[in-house]
Amino acid sequence: MIKVEGLTKSFGRQKVLRELSLDVATGTITIVIGRSGGGKSVFLKHLIGLLRPDAGRIMVDGVDISRLRGRDLDAIRRTYGVVFQGGALFDSMSCFDNVAFPLREKVRTPLDELTKRVEAALAQVGLEGMGAKFPAEISGGMRKRVAIARALVTEPEIVFFDEPTTGLDPVLVNTIHHLILDLHRRFRFTAVVVSHEIPEIFEIADTVAMLHEGRIIEVGPPSVIQSSTNPVVQRFIKGEAENLEER
Amino acid sequence: MPDRPLAPALRPFDAVGGRTIALVDSLGRFGAFFAEALAALATPPFKLRAFVGRIHFIGYNSLLIIFLTGAFTGMVLGLQIYLTLVRFGSEAFLGPAVALSLIRELGPVLAALMVTGRAGSALTAELGIMRITEQIDALTVMALSPMRYLVAPSILAGLVTFPLMTALFDVVGIFGGYLVGVKLLGLSEGTYFGEMQTFVDIGDIMVGFWKSLSFGVIVTWVCTYKGFNVGHGAEGVARATTQAVVLSSVLILVWDYFMGSILQ
Repeated sequence: MIKVEGLTKSFGRQKVLRELSLDVATGTITIVIGRSGGGKSVFLKHLIGLLRPDAGRIMVDGVDISRLRGRDLDAIRRTYGVVFQGGALFDSMSCFDNVAFPLREKVRTPLDELTKRVEAALAQVGLEGMGAKFPAEISGGMRKRVAIARALVTEPEIVFFDEPTTGLDPVLVNTIHHLILDLHRRFRFTAVVVSHEIPEIFEIADTVAMLHEGRIIEVGPPSVIQSSTNPVVQRFIKGEAENLEER
Repeated sequence: MPDRPLAPALRPFDAVGGRTIALVDSLGRFGAFFAEALAALATPPFKLRAFVGRIHFIGYNSLLIIFLTGAFTGMVLGLQIYLTLVRFGSEAFLGPAVALSLIRELGPVLAALMVTGRAGSALTAELGIMRITEQIDALTVMALSPMRYLVAPSILAGLVTFPLMTALFDVVGIFGGYLVGVKLLGLSEGTYFGEMQTFVDIGDIMVGFWKSLSFGVIVTWVCTYKGFNVGHGAEGVARATTQAVVLSSVLILVWDYFMGSILQ
């Protein structure tokens, strides 16, 4: 379980997160929604240990990761898989080597098993036979799928997705969302997804959390969010994001 | 508590203080970066494949430019020194003059400047692009140290390749001087190489060796640091690359003076 309590972060004089609190139950898909530039990616970077909070705690299975460094933090990170916004594939490596990289370096898998696992991971995301291609040779949607395969190949307990569908066409958005749902059903990992794909995310989320002005202002199952009486939430899900500042 | 606006008379002090703190802060981070890289170099696991890749990237890919600049530097030296020495009837000393200039001074400095321009800039740009496309973050969240995978192999490769590039530059330069002095201007081959054996000793070669070794560290340290701490977007990468080349080049010349003073 992930428990975030009173998370606060500023960059210079700009307060990005203000005493943000959120619980993520084990084995669920939690989707954090909110305006672009509203602090969603900053929040995610705290969860994966790339940023340290000014105040607050991030408890992962009872351990406050915001106080960990070095090997202790790496031990937690070994249970993570992360899909970055742009994929963050290593462009000097083929898709096969990208997916194989964490297995080679983190798990020290024998060659036969490594090949099988990488090919299986690529097949799970619908990219069988594409291992020899380099990231620059494939489309944006395929790169996202390779990134998902790389994040899942070590069978992590928690997977973080940073806007996994940004820049994709509606068909691909749907494909990626259903891929996440399908993989979640198979592997039962805990998923934290940062997204602003409304209403598609309501189909796959167990919990939706609305982040606005550095705080979680509404959290619950999709049905609760959709019927929320909070005008900021209603405006956001109806696509009236430009009026949010008026409140 | 909100900041109160400063009195106009205090603003220059505030500006100087702010810049001084920023300078000390960046020097501290620069030093900590190197210490972290050394720690990654000194502790297993060692990334042999990455190290070999960096040797290829910094050394092998710079061979042509080192060969060309070495040859023409030697030829220019051969011509200019011959024209000077001939006025005093001392052209017999052309060989040692060319060799000493190259081995003690020009070889290490020019080879380092050439490798900075070719490989150092590419190193900064590569790491900068990896930073802005989150590839370095991806390594970090995989619990794999970017220092171990990207920086330590580059610094070690700099230590190995810079002396080798300098040696190549020296040898090619000496033959460039030979081509002009012996083949074009008519100095005897025996005089050119014979006097060189008399005047150049191992101490001169070691001066060039220590210089090139330290330049290897300086260039790879500066270029990886700048790539790692790049700003935003393409403009950030471009600025970091320029800064890396300029700072490396200036440090090479400054450090060369100090090394020259110490290693007389």
